[in-house]
Amino acid sequence: MANAAKMSNQNMIVTDEVAIQITAMNKWYGQFHVLRDIDITVNRGERIVICGPSGSGKSTLIRCINRLEEHQQGQIVVDGTELTNDLKNIDKVRSEVGMVFQHFNLFPHLTILENLTLAPIWVRKVPKKEAEETAMYFLQKVKIPEQAHKYPGQLSGGQQQRVAIARSLCMKPRIMLFDEPTSALDPEMIKEVLDTMIQLAEEGMTMICVTHEMGFAQAVANRVIFMDQGQIVEQNEPKEFFNNPKSDRTKLFLSQILGH
Amino acid sequence: MTQTAFTRTEMLPPIAPPISERGVVKWLRENLFSSIPNIILTLAALFAVYWLVSLSLPWFLNGVWHAETVQQCRQIIAETAGPDASGACWAVIRVRWNQFLFGLYPVEEYWRPTLAFALMFVAIAPVLYSGLRKPCTIIVGIAAVLLSLALYGLGTDGWHGFVAVLCLAALTAVAWIAPKKLVWVTLVFPLLAFFLLWGGSVWGPVSVAIAFGILGLAFVKLASARGLLVASLAVALLFLCCFVNPIRLGESFLSNLVYLASFGTYDYVLHFDLRIGGYDLTELFPLHSALSGYLDAKLPIGLLYVRSDDFGGFLLAFVIGITAITASLPIGILLALGRQSDMPLVKSISVGFIEFFRGVPLITVLFSANFMLLYFLPPQTNFDLIVRVIIVVVIFASAYIAEVIRGGLAALPRGQYEAADALGLDYWQAQRLIIMPQALKISIPGIVSSFIGLFKDTTLVALVGLADPLTGVRKFVLADSAWKGIYWEPFIFVGAIFFVVCFSMSRYSMYLEQKLKTDHV
Repeated sequence: MANAAKMSNQNMIVTDEVAIQITAMNKWYGQFHVLRDIDITVNRGERIVICGPSGSGKSTLIRCINRLEEHQQGQIVVDGTELTNDLKNIDKVRSEVGMVFQHFNLFPHLTILENLTLAPIWVRKVPKKEAEETAMYFLQKVKIPEQAHKYPGQLSGGQQQRVAIARSLCMKPRIMLFDEPTSALDPEMIKEVLDTMIQLAEEGMTMICVTHEMGFAQAVANRVIFMDQGQIVEQNEPKEFFNNPKSDRTKLFLSQILGH
Repeated sequence: MTQTAFTRTEMLPPIAPPISERGVVKWLRENLFSSIPNIILTLAALFAVYWLVSLSLPWFLNGVWHAETVQQCRQIIAETAGPDASGACWAVIRVRWNQFLFGLYPVEEYWRPTLAFALMFVAIAPVLYSGLRKPCTIIVGIAAVLLSLALYGLGTDGWHGFVAVLCLAALTAVAWIAPKKLVWVTLVFPLLAFFLLWGGSVWGPVSVAIAFGILGLAFVKLASARGLLVASLAVALLFLCCFVNPIRLGESFLSNLVYLASFGTYDYVLHFDLRIGGYDLTELFPLHSALSGYLDAKLPIGLLYVRSDDFGGFLLAFVIGITAITASLPIGILLALGRQSDMPLVKSISVGFIEFFRGVPLITVLFSANFMLLYFLPPQTNFDLIVRVIIVVVIFASAYIAEVIRGGLAALPRGQYEAADALGLDYWQAQRLIIMPQALKISIPGIVSSFIGLFKDTTLVALVGLADPLTGVRKFVLADSAWKGIYWEPFIFVGAIFFVVCFSMSRYSMYLEQKLKTDHV
């Protein structure tokens, strides 16, 4: 990845402070055991890439972190708040954790600017004017300020995904989750979205990213987690992970995705 | 010839398509004469249209507007168009015009429903056109002009006519200066229309407005301080304690249960409370009755009270139709949400309600309205027939609307809910800001179909003894010896008015769909 070379590492410092702590977490869909005994600790400033074959439970795992999915066993603590049935805790976690989806999930009936200001105004109770200023700041950052008054349907996929990232950032989150953010995009648009994510990483955002962009993983991640059949099979620093995978399953996966 | 290397040095300018590919010629060729079967069908259709028009047009054109009886009518047609000519006798509509519109409503009070009708446009303008200055002013202005003409035509006495027209003129000015302020008219319109239509003391509606004001204020204050749930519970409690007599309500419900459980053999209330001989609605709403009674004694202002039996014609269709349309949409939304709820009780009540009322014919419910509503009200309560019918129609329509909206909800991608959740919006915020605007937009055609069906179904109230527009036809025309033998004209007239109303609803829904369309590139 070309951007990797240009990257400055000065802000990308991993601290000792724990951002997310997942302990002995299990999840079932009915009878199906989808996540098995997951243990992950994420420190503030870490950039983690989760990869694995489809159906391995990687999306489900990050959706558990902001309670879009409920876990049945174990403990998930985000920023010191444990996720339980308590709606107050859930809302607190959700407002601190930004999420970017595979299919963008912008609100098609609102303009780009309204998409960005909605949550700050209604959840954070920020005055409208201030919310719009913040929104324009982040639109500038993802390089599409001129689209502010258009509707999502009028934008290209890559632009929509950048708006979705800006929408999450407007809530000033401390953690960002990315659920296959480039899987629904044309090759040309993947780059513009990845550039935005790299920029975010450079600024020291704690990120967990489910992706198959191995170039991105090598450039940005400080840890790669490989999952299969609902469990963590291997996790390591990117260099070790790609050059010297330990398990056979990882070797097979890497040979298949890097092979062509 | 083999393909050789080629480089274009000059780009070609666009030129117009050949004559056969544009304008009327293209349209005719493509749509009417594209193939032999199409040519045959075109000619057959032209012939059918010609045949129908040649049969019916003379009948319309020979129409007579000024006559006193059907014989006179036929005589005029024979004189002007020849002895064998047929012609419409529109005179019956001119003569019976007021009954078609107002039923048996007192003649000298015609200005009241007319004013209420004009105010209805003022009330719906800011809702339909979201407070835009130009359409609001145009609607209110047209309502003002038509009101003056209508009041003049109805021969309203000068004083009332002057006040009514002045009122509308002032509202037109408001629409021009501050169109968003018209929403206040929308808010008070239900009570205002009730007062204008039924009359009676002005203090009844005023004290209802005061009660709603107090409850609304309490709700807003509590909701911002303690949250939505606490506020709703507290306001409901306040309502029960201050405005409804809970003991009487409970007692009446209990007595009805006893009465039913004993198959009508044991009438608890009459047995123990012969002195009163049943309750009155004033006992159920003591504070409201006391307040309005007190004010009425101090300052008796009001209009002549008009009984519900005297309502009729299109007045009745509009009162029932408009009330039911406005009330069934919010109730339908709540039912649709209830049906999707995670709470088993809410879900099963919503499902039961929707399925029951979609499963029984409206007429059955109309007939049993009396019986059913009285389970919850004190025996011997004289519950107004129109209100009863409106409640039934609202219940019925909201069950249909709920299913239409459920379709809209189902069409929304799961991602919209997830995005709203991920941003930290709570349930009601997500519904109000993200889900409902999109679900309702998708459901517009279905909702408007339900409304159109509902408006036409208002003619069914004839079966419970109310004088709908078609009853007007039967009562005032078919049964009148002066107009014996007239069938087509009144039915065409009534049908035409229904068509105009329903067609406008349909056109408005298309405008709305176009306005809300945001996916164009």
